Amino acid sequence: MLEVRELTTKYITRFKEDIYAVDHVSLKIEEGRSLGIAGESGCGKSTLALSLMGYYFPPLHYTSGDIIIDGTNISGMKADDVRKSILGREIAYIPQAALNALNPTQKIIRFIEDVVKAHDPTVTKDEIYEMARGLFESLGLPAEVLQKYPVELSGGMKQRTVIAISVILRPQVLIADEPSSALDVTSQKMVIKMLRNLMDNGYVKAMIFITHELPLLYNVTDDIMVMYAGQIVEKAPAHEAVFDPLHPYSKGLMGSIIVPEEGLRDVKLAAIPGTPPNLKNPPKGCRFAARCKYVRPECRVQSIQLRELENGRSYRCVIGEDELRELYAREAE
Amino acid sequence: MADQRKSCLTGKGVTKEFGFGRTKTVAVDNVDFDFKEGEVISIVGESGSGKTTLAKMLLGLISVTKGDIYFQGEPRDISSQRKRRTYWTQIQAIFQDPFASYNIFNKIDSVLLDCIKMRGGARLPYEQKVEMMTEACSFVNLKFAELTNKYPFELSGGQQQRLMIARIFLLKPKVLIADEPTSMIDACSRATILDMLMSLRNEVGMTPIFITHDIGLAYYVSDTVYIMEKGKFVESGSADDVILRPQQPYTKRLINDVPKIYEEWDLSTV
Amino acid sequence: MKYTIQQIFQSGKFITGFSIFMTILLIVIIYPLVIPDPPLKIIAQGTFFEPGIYVNVYDSINTPFYTLNLDEAADRRIANRLGDEDRQAIKEWLVGNGMPEAEIDPANTEQLLDQWFNNFDPTVRLPGMTNADRNYYIRLNNNIQGLLNTSGAVIAELDEETAVLTEKATVPQSAYVNVNDVPNVRVLPLGTDNFGRDVLTELVRATGVSLQIGLVAGSIATLIGLVLGLVSGYIGGFVDDTIMFVTNLFTVIPSFVLLILISFSISQEQRGATTIAVVIGFTSWVWTARAVRSQVISLRNRDHVNLSKLSGHSITHIIVRDILPYIASYVVMALILQISSGILAEAGLSILGLGPKTTDVPTLGLMMNWAMIYQAHILGKWWAYFPIIITIALIAFSMNLMNTGLDQVFNPALRD
Repeated sequence: MLEVRELTTKYITRFKEDIYAVDHVSLKIEEGRSLGIAGESGCGKSTLALSLMGYYFPPLHYTSGDIIIDGTNISGMKADDVRKSILGREIAYIPQAALNALNPTQKIIRFIEDVVKAHDPTVTKDEIYEMARGLFESLGLPAEVLQKYPVELSGGMKQRTVIAISVILRPQVLIADEPSSALDVTSQKMVIKMLRNLMDNGYVKAMIFITHELPLLYNVTDDIMVMYAGQIVEKAPAHEAVFDPLHPYSKGLMGSIIVPEEGLRDVKLAAIPGTPPNLKNPPKGCRFAARCKYVRPECRVQSIQLRELENGRSYRCVIGEDELRELYAREAE
Repeated sequence: MADQRKSCLTGKGVTKEFGFGRTKTVAVDNVDFDFKEGEVISIVGESGSGKTTLAKMLLGLISVTKGDIYFQGEPRDISSQRKRRTYWTQIQAIFQDPFASYNIFNKIDSVLLDCIKMRGGARLPYEQKVEMMTEACSFVNLKFAELTNKYPFELSGGQQQRLMIARIFLLKPKVLIADEPTSMIDACSRATILDMLMSLRNEVGMTPIFITHDIGLAYYVSDTVYIMEKGKFVESGSADDVILRPQQPYTKRLINDVPKIYEEWDLSTV
Repeated sequence: MKYTIQQIFQSGKFITGFSIFMTILLIVIIYPLVIPDPPLKIIAQGTFFEPGIYVNVYDSINTPFYTLNLDEAADRRIANRLGDEDRQAIKEWLVGNGMPEAEIDPANTEQLLDQWFNNFDPTVRLPGMTNADRNYYIRLNNNIQGLLNTSGAVIAELDEETAVLTEKATVPQSAYVNVNDVPNVRVLPLGTDNFGRDVLTELVRATGVSLQIGLVAGSIATLIGLVLGLVSGYIGGFVDDTIMFVTNLFTVIPSFVLLILISFSISQEQRGATTIAVVIGFTSWVWTARAVRSQVISLRNRDHVNLSKLSGHSITHIIVRDILPYIASYVVMALILQISSGILAEAGLSILGLGPKTTDVPTLGLMMNWAMIYQAHILGKWWAYFPIIITIALIAFSMNLMNTGLDQVFNPALRD
């Protein structure tokens, strides 16, 4: 479906410094699967989302790697071609503040007309209306929304409307970057339900979901990928990623989850001291070495490769799978 | 059963209205509360529930439209600058956004020196002040020697929030109002901040009041939880009672809608 | 702070504006040191002398002559006094007087003049000729007398007692003097104005005075606006309502009308440049006050202000230390705009004749006013008003550039 090989992108700052926010990231999503990307602020997860679209504008620049979608490599395409033939059709992107992206002076149906006509000028307004009504109803949104102005909708409704508009052209892949973090919990749940609905009913064939809220990710996606300082540090099915993390950073991240569930009051929250490295000049070895409890001399020597396990999991650490589990078990006692 | 513990903050019919006439909005609507000394209290509400307005009223930063607030059993008097100053030696706050909480033109030293001054230490010899600041910084795992002549914005969000705790360490107030202290910082630093707040609580014997939208956090840290909706407390009680066995429909919905990891998260209820 | 200043000087717009402004300022400072003439001294008898180099004739005669045999000298001399239009006019007159057109060749100077002197009669009035035309021909006739004369001019001395002229020297047509030898040469790059004053000297002084007026007016306006805005924004409540009531009153009355009325009520004798500056300052604080107030209102609920309150700081401390620094960049920008608009307001007032009194100092507005009253624009005496317009435009332009440059630095939304 979507395959990314060794994608590297960088920001060029005003002082002409290069910041590699996405560093040799490879990933693969099969049809019908969803992938979650987790990480702290500044780890490059939002940049990865932008980079995956193949649509770069300053200060973000493409450096190397391939993005293959449905057999087509889009990484070498011109920005204008990407905008015309890829965005909306192949990949749909929902940014963080999408609910504020709607022009308040236009009715919702106008946005849909704009989107559809930009790709196919021959469609009539009535056809578009019917199409939009069908889509909205099957996603559980009332059709009256189409005739309303954005200001008349609540935050949650606006966000769901934006998501519905973004899938009107039936894109293959949906990339959602923190689509629910500005909403209250009930609206958040509705958005999540809608995203699941999109996957289940085949409106999109694959989904990438980015958030820093791990419980949310756990409930939405099939696989979870943890990013740290521009690199993937671990990739695993959602359940394993949360309950059996291998990389020390993932371990810390998962240990910091708090949910209002019985017994959680007695759990000791994990804390990782220190701050992520500056990506202007990242450390030579493991990027997590400075904060890692289990750091070894060889960690600082050269960059650590992603270790592939048989069950499709992978993680970036010099310590073996079983040894890590042992260390964690000893720690817990 | 009468509660034997001393009250630290008590409110009777506390109301805050903004605007007047047709634009009048009631942010906090006739709430009663009795926060006991030594407890960890959480006020949980979604955005717009009035929890931050209530916090600012408790702090005396905004006026109370109607009702009375009692501090340690006595009616609170903050009518003059001098009285407010005295009140603020007793009650302090940590704000949500560390980057907006500091004056960007003031250095870290001056932030901490203000606190020493507030505790009546203005005339202490400089060496002793430095000693106090160093102690406060080491309490939050910061090195004061590295911070002198630096500005707060040069630190990371977590470090700034820790500096805020160092401030509280110097001030040693009776009550600390923590308004979303961890919502803007990374999950990995959250535990550090919470641990420091809790050990500070034991150190100076203060009553922390957490203002938060995160039910998980409220459940994790507090003894008593107040759930706030549209300016009113809809449910309150011990954390286990309120979070695990909610009685009110609003509380039930709120807890039901938060994503879970151990239990099944029921998506069909929305 | 250092970083901010560095950033400001990386903004192209600011640098351009700043350099223009500094150039103007340097000229204003240095020019009077080089040419220390009083700017309002009347040096010329007569109005609107054209820009140029003025060589003293008396001194020229008394300086040693050099003979230069230059071929074009005679032609130039003739061309200077008898232009192509004059030749055409002569031809018309001759034709009107009955001479066949074919016999007249306007290009042949010798033949043309010969025909003219032989036939011209000032008393003759050709059909269709106006009085103005006749006067023109009489003037032309006088002007071209002796045009082809090749002998030199004689300098004679008048004996006061006997009234006898004695020849002293002859100036041949090929005599030249070196300008450097002539002790009295006055360069008037912008000519003189209607009163016969050197426009450039006057302009430089006027620019200085106008900048001072702008600075005083701008500072007063910014100070009033800043104080009122801070107080009303931070304290709020009744104080805010009162101040905003007054501010709104001033907003609805166009400040220029107010300015005119106040200026008008002060007698001309008492209206010095400072008075005008103060009056301008007191009528233009309104927008600064409103803008500062809205900034303060958005600042006063910020957490850093709350933290400062919780640290026991007084209202004065909070306003000065926690609010003022945050709006300082904004105030600097407002000040720059106020200076620029103060200069323009003075110019506007003076053009209407309500500016400072005319005997003290020149201002840019007063110079415009003089040029307008003496109809420089109708008479085509461009040097009396055009340089002033350019100066006003340059000052306003440079300040606006600085302002937008600063805006780009301080306002992250406008940064590229």
